[in-house]
Amino acid sequence: MKYLDEYRDPDLARALLAELRRVTTRPWTLMEVCGGQTHTIVRQGIDELLPGGIRMIHGPGCPVCVTPLEVLDQAMTIAQRPEVILTSFGDMLRVPGSHTDLLALRARGADVRVVYSPMDAVALARSHPDRQVVFLAVGFETTAPANAMAVRHAATLGLTNFSVLVSHVLVPPAMTAVLRAPTCRVQGFLAAGHVCAVMGWTEYEPIAAEHRVPIVVTGFEPLDLLEGILMAVRQLETGSYRVENQYARAVRREGNTAAQDAVRSVFRITDRSWRGIGAIPASGLTLTDAYAAFDAGRRFDVGSIVVREHPDCIAGGILTGDRVPTDCHAYGTACTPRTPLGAPMVSAEGTCAAYYSAGRRRAPAPGDPS
Amino acid sequence: MCLGIPGRLTGIEEQDGLRVGTVDFGGVRKQVCLAYTPQAGVGDYVIVHVGFAISVVDATEAQRTLAVLRAMGDVLEQELGP
Ligand code: SF4
Repeated sequence: MKYLDEYRDPDLARALLAELRRVTTRPWTLMEVCGGQTHTIVRQGIDELLPGGIRMIHGPGCPVCVTPLEVLDQAMTIAQRPEVILTSFGDMLRVPGSHTDLLALRARGADVRVVYSPMDAVALARSHPDRQVVFLAVGFETTAPANAMAVRHAATLGLTNFSVLVSHVLVPPAMTAVLRAPTCRVQGFLAAGHVCAVMGWTEYEPIAAEHRVPIVVTGFEPLDLLEGILMAVRQLETGSYRVENQYARAVRREGNTAAQDAVRSVFRITDRSWRGIGAIPASGLTLTDAYAAFDAGRRFDVGSIVVREHPDCIAGGILTGDRVPTDCHAYGTACTPRTPLGAPMVSAEGTCAAYYSAGRRRAPAPGDPS
Repeated sequence: MCLGIPGRLTGIEEQDGLRVGTVDFGGVRKQVCLAYTPQAGVGDYVIVHVGFAISVVDATEAQRTLAVLRAMGDVLEQELGP
């Protein structure tokens, strides 16, 4: 995998940093909207290497973090039914709901299983015709095609014991919501490479033009991120506001049209509430009427759940970039990856977990024993 | 879970009417659905996300980006001196 590894070359990284220092004349604030990019930036300390004044704000790019509490509580209610095998990606099992998490339910006897792909959940339904297999389907545009295919495949196979609890979120409406917030400091975006591998970048063009922000489609390796930052800063320094593609080896302007067609055939756009942020219009996907039979929310009737967030968690401020994890009183003390109080501490893509695994310390408050 | 990981396609077959491939991620092999990358062939690098290949890595583009970055390094060295 030679040419892929080369995207971590430290000499090239130094050259990119030198070039960035050369072109930067003023402070600029950029936001990356992908948890994978947040992870690379914090882990490699890229944000600390940037020339003075260039700030990275970590956006709402972790799909585990933004899944609303009520969806988690619904999943947990469904998981407690004896006939159900509840499946999801491993990260989702540790996300705290209002009262517990899926892992704790499993320890108490619920049949909760980790799958690598939604297709594994379909296979499980096929091999357990006497059980109801439910897949908790979260994620951004990148994950939606896989979940669409799982539903379509289950329909083709005529399975009546497979359903999905869908909570998909869409990136462009979230970026618009960030830009419209009165406290917004973001002057440019790094767009998530793999979201764009599926969707292309035409949806970003009106956002860049209307809000006068450069948007650079960026990959995940350290060199990708440094080059993405450099491209965004170059635009800001010269007063241009376009969509540019740093990640040309994987992303084309029109995206993956086969994947888009599958998503459109199974899902329709809906309003969606984001954990920590609240409702964003037209920012999610839900099953179309044609596939309503595969909707776990209907099958198990879980519409009336009341939710409760942990009072110490400032996830909303973290996810919109207003606060950093070290601002949170619980960070590193009451809240750690082993005992997360809020969603951003759960997944490796969450900002709090990224800070914690990179060893970032909270400045102790006066009289604070920690 | 949102990360897509690049790996090399080492084999292609058909399962239940779906195109499925074996992808080698630096030694670890996994079955991957190729429904969204009909153009992918054995030997290609694909980016895999939750069991689906979502994009074929364009080797020429990959090399081109690196070439641009390397050239920039040289220019800088010449400009900044040793
Ligand atoms: S450190 Fe924990 S409690 Fe604080 S904002 Fe992050 S997830 Fe919430």
